Order: sequence, then structure tokens, then C-alpha cells
Amino acid sequence: MKKRRNKIIIAFILFIIALVGKFPNEWVNNTIFILSYLIVGTEIIKKAIRNILRGKIFDENFLMTVATIGAFAIKEFPEAVAVMLFYQVGELFQSYAVDKSRKSITSLMDIRPDYANLLKNNETEKVSPEAVQIGDIIIIKPGEKVPLDGIVQEGESMLDTSALTGESVPRRVTVGDEILSGCINQNGLLKIQVTKEFGESTVSKILELVENASSKKSKSENFITKFAKYYTPIVVIIALALAIFPPLLFEGQMFSDWLYRALSFLVVSCPCALVISIPLSFFGGLGGASKIGVLIKGSNYLEALANTEIVVFDKTGTLTKGVFEVQKVEAVDMPYEELIRIAAYAESYSNHPISTSIKKAHDKEIENNIVTEIKEIPGQGIQAKVEGNEVLVGNEKLMQDRKINYKKCEEVGTIIYVAINNKYAGYILISDEIKEDAKKAIEELKKNNTKQIVILTGDRKNVGEEVAKKLNIDKVYTELLPEGKVEKLEELLKEKTQKGKLIFVGDGINDAPVLAISDIGIAMGALGSDAAIEAADIVIMTDEPSKIANAIKLSKKTMRIVKENIIFAIGIKIAVLILSALGLSTMWQAVFADVGVSIIAIINSLRVLKIKNR
Amino acid sequence: MKNTYKITGIDCANCAAEMENAIRKVEGVQCASISFIAERITLEYDEQNKDEIIKKIKKVIKKEEPDAMLEEF
Repeated sequence: MKKRRNKIIIAFILFIIALVGKFPNEWVNNTIFILSYLIVGTEIIKKAIRNILRGKIFDENFLMTVATIGAFAIKEFPEAVAVMLFYQVGELFQSYAVDKSRKSITSLMDIRPDYANLLKNNETEKVSPEAVQIGDIIIIKPGEKVPLDGIVQEGESMLDTSALTGESVPRRVTVGDEILSGCINQNGLLKIQVTKEFGESTVSKILELVENASSKKSKSENFITKFAKYYTPIVVIIALALAIFPPLLFEGQMFSDWLYRALSFLVVSCPCALVISIPLSFFGGLGGASKIGVLIKGSNYLEALANTEIVVFDKTGTLTKGVFEVQKVEAVDMPYEELIRIAAYAESYSNHPISTSIKKAHDKEIENNIVTEIKEIPGQGIQAKVEGNEVLVGNEKLMQDRKINYKKCEEVGTIIYVAINNKYAGYILISDEIKEDAKKAIEELKKNNTKQIVILTGDRKNVGEEVAKKLNIDKVYTELLPEGKVEKLEELLKEKTQKGKLIFVGDGINDAPVLAISDIGIAMGALGSDAAIEAADIVIMTDEPSKIANAIKLSKKTMRIVKENIIFAIGIKIAVLILSALGLSTMWQAVFADVGVSIIAIINSLRVLKIKNR
Repeated sequence: MKNTYKITGIDCANCAAEMENAIRKVEGVQCASISFIAERITLEYDEQNKDEIIKKIKKVIKKEEPDAMLEEF
């Protein structure tokens, strides 16, 4: 690039000397022009000849060579040099811009660890991450990238996960925590036992996804390459006709005038502005998305997102946290802590999610010796002796069976009744919690013209409907088995318009078939889940559903810029083409139209990269 | 088998598209996709003749664009 720049500078100086210097002999002037031309243009001419020999006649090099040699032929020396000079300036700028955006985008994806500090016989050794095996111990110093997935053995630190999640708040990790490769260790020294080989590590999976993303091309990109293929030959034929026919058919028309027009026509016709700016916009869009923790597997999905019509959510783990928590406790004749304590003791041997959540609410060590005679009653609950008292913990049916005078609770969720010595003692309400940003996510989707938002869930009717009501969601289908979800999704697919897209959002667990048949499958909270990363088209690294709306916005912005560039570039070109055919525009203006349009289109497409984090 | 390589020295996006088409025609190659901006090529080819196919692909690349280079990561 430097060599090219120097050539341009030297040629430009010579060009100015020839232009302003009034040499007595015209040929001194012209020699300087030719010298300047050769310095800057030899490379282009060589390429043109090489391509012609290979049977590829119509490319930019050819256009520029013919236009400039033609200009020399009709003795327009300054024009000839200017065309070549500015064409090269444009090319230089273009490769500079591409280089720049390539660097800024790849730095976003710069999560590949270079080494791991392997601990062996109490000494650390720097090795490549590929060389580390499962079970090995590695040391991560402050400021270093976590090279492989593992479990903390010693140490405590804050981890910067922003490269993976877009999340700027660091995560605290301590002994026993699982940590993922690609994060950056901020302050403490960590000793990690490796749980996955490098090839299977989170960082490798993500890199693979991101690196392959740009290979799946969008329709717009394919359109542009096809367009360029037919466009150049057509323009050359028109230019040829412009040079030959008018002087032949009409009397008094000068051949050199029409040749000049034809040559300006060639100069302006170069398709480079389009061909470079469209893929650049998409590349920027993919980069911008990964910056906010949304990984898109191809430009085609980025393009499709803009036409979202129906968004279908799985409930558990997507809109709700997927974690059961005690929401409410009502105790009769005792403090509610006491009720929780007794229930936790009775449930102490069970691993059911409900028991786990009660034990979590109790949050104290359980002395097993004060619980005796534990009996599980299938489909109903548990009977046990706690501190000598007969305790029943279970559902409505258990209360009815034991003829206990309980107060029926109408709340939505799972209700656990407690009776002590056959006397009703209260209830515990356990339910899944709606995610904090779920409401915002639905609002944003509606604002972005989503026509329908639907929940598909395997959960009970009243639970599903309650969540839908709280979130203001139009449609909810409950108590669905996996096959039922597929069926419902197929029905919904028929409801959208032909151009519209249906998105399915799930947590990537058990919903592979629905992810596959929807137009765009989005997996949420995928950090650490390989299955989800593989099954989905778009992966949201954190568990925030609001990122879906952000991704749609980004997609719309990208598509708007792409359209702007297509219309702007083709519009200006056609206008100048007509002007030059009519002889109203000079070759100078043609050069500026060509190079200027390229530069503006490139700058416009770099705008995609400027996206605010949330 | 699917593999990604680095490809440098391509002049323009249009040239990349042409090269992509030429590589797709190589026997044993099922799919080729070049991202001009990321300087990457994703290839899908028969595993048995890997070396031979890569050699052929390199030849096609040289023919299309003498300055272009295929590199492994």
C-alpha cells in the first residue's frame, strides 16, 4: 500500500508541474504527462492485458486502460493522466477503508488465546492452548485471557466476559466455579483445572461460528456480484456504439467528440463502489452484532431479521428464569420462617426441584437427625416426623386424602400445603420468575412492527396464561408436548406473508426441531451450551430477551444502509452516464463521480459499526 | 469435510466472486465461499483426495489472480 501511495504522490507532482508549467515546447509538457501516467498506470495496464489474455476482458482495469489510452489518442493529455491518477487514489482509499474495518471488526472477535500457563511439577510453562489436556492444571494471571474452559481450584477474581456476552459488568468467580475460555481475568491469580480440550472449548466454538459467518451470503450481496457481471460488458458495448454510430449516421459530427463522450462514459461506469460497499455493510453488521453479544451465523440471517413478522417464544428459560423460587409463604399461627423450616426438614431427602427451592429459601444447614419416618407419597407429597411432630407437605390432593381442613389458594404457580399434626399450617407458593427485561423486550418488539408475539409452552394453562398476561403477549399455547410445538409452529408459519419471517426463540434445550423449521432460530443464554450454539441460526450469549429487539434494529439499520448505497451509487452513475453521453459532462467530472461515489458509499457503510451497546 | 483457510491478495469483491465460481468447478469441491473482507475462504471437499484437491485449488487461485495466496491458519 505504501508503494502505491508513493507512486501516486510522485505522479501527482509531475502532473501538477505539467499542468501549470508553461514550457515553450509542447512536447516537454506531454512527455511529463506521459511519465506521470506510466508511473501511476503501468500496473493497471499490466493487469488489464493479463486478464484479456485469460479471456476476461471486461473488468475495471480494462475500462480504465481503454479510457486513458483513448484520451491520449485524441490528445487530451491532462484528462488521461487525471483519470488514471484519481482512479488509483480511489483504489488506495478503498483498500485503506477495507483494511481499517477489517482490523476494527477482527479486534472485536479477538478472543483467541495465544498461550496457556501449564502447571507441571510446581513450575509453569507457556504452551499453546491446543497442547493442554483435560485434567491439566493451568494458571491464569491478571490481565490474561482464559485459554480453556475449566473449574477454579484456587484463587478468586473478577472476570471480564464482555468479549463473549457484551456484558460490561465483570463476574466474580471463586473456588469451585466454572469459567469459560475467552473471558479476561481482571485482578486475581487463578488456578484452573481444565475440563475441555481447546477444540471443544467455548472460545473455539464461538470463533468457528464467527469466522464462518461471512461465508453465508445475503441475497443483496449475491445480487450485486451478479449485477456487476452483466453491467460492465453492457456499458462497454454502449460506449462503443456511442463512439461509432453518431459520427457515421449524422453529418457534421466529429468522431473525436463522440470518442471523448464514450470515454467519459467508460470512466464513470466502473462498478467498484457497489461491489465493495455492500459486503462491507454486512460485515459491519455482523461485527456490530457480536459487539452486543449477539452472534449471527450469516449475512443471510442478518438480512432476514429485518423482515420479522412473528416472534414465537418458548417460555421456561427464555421469558422466565427457568429457576423455581419460593414467591410467597402464608403461615397459620406461626412465623413464616418456621413454616419454611419445617417444610425444608420434611423435604430434606428429596432432590425434586420443588424441594430444592424450599431448601434454598430456608438457606440453613439441615440437621438430618431430627427428621425421621420419611415417607414419599407418589403424586402427592411427603410425610415425615420432624421434632416429634407429624408433618405433611404436598399438594391439594394430599390435603384432601388426609381430610385436612385447608384453605384453598387461588394463586398461579405450584402450591405446596403444609399440615402439622393433621392441622393446616399454611402454604408455600413456588413459581418461576419472569426475567427483568422480558417486558421491555416485548415492548421493543412491538415497536419494531412485529405483528404477532406468541408463547409456546409445555407448562400448565394458568401458568402460561399468567405470564402472557403480565407481558402483554397476544397468543399463548399451553400444555404442548414437543410434537405439539412443531405442529403449532407450522400453523403459525402459514399465517405470515411471503416475505415475512418467523423467529423462534428458545433456550436451545429440547427445541432443536422447532429451531430448525422456523425461518430464524434464536438460542438464548447460550454461553456454555454447545448444543444451542450448533442448533440455532442466531445465538444470544446472555439470557436477555431484549437483545432480540436490538438485533432486529441492527438488521434494519444495515439493510437501510445497503439500500441507500445501492440507490445512491446506481442513481449517480446513471445520471452522469446520461450527461456524458449527451456531452454535458467532462471526463474530469466523470472521474470525480466514480471515485467520489465509492468513497461516500464506503464511509456510509462504515456507519453500521457505530452501534450503541444496548 | 469442511475447512476454513486464509486467502490474501484478492483485489476486489468482484474478483473474489469470480474466484469462488472457478474454485467451485474444481473436481472434488462441493462448496466454496470467499469472504473478501474477512479474507477467508470456506471449502467443502472430499476428504480422501485432500492434498490433490488443495493443490488444484491453489492452481486455480494462481490463474485467477497471480498475487493471491491460500494459507492455513
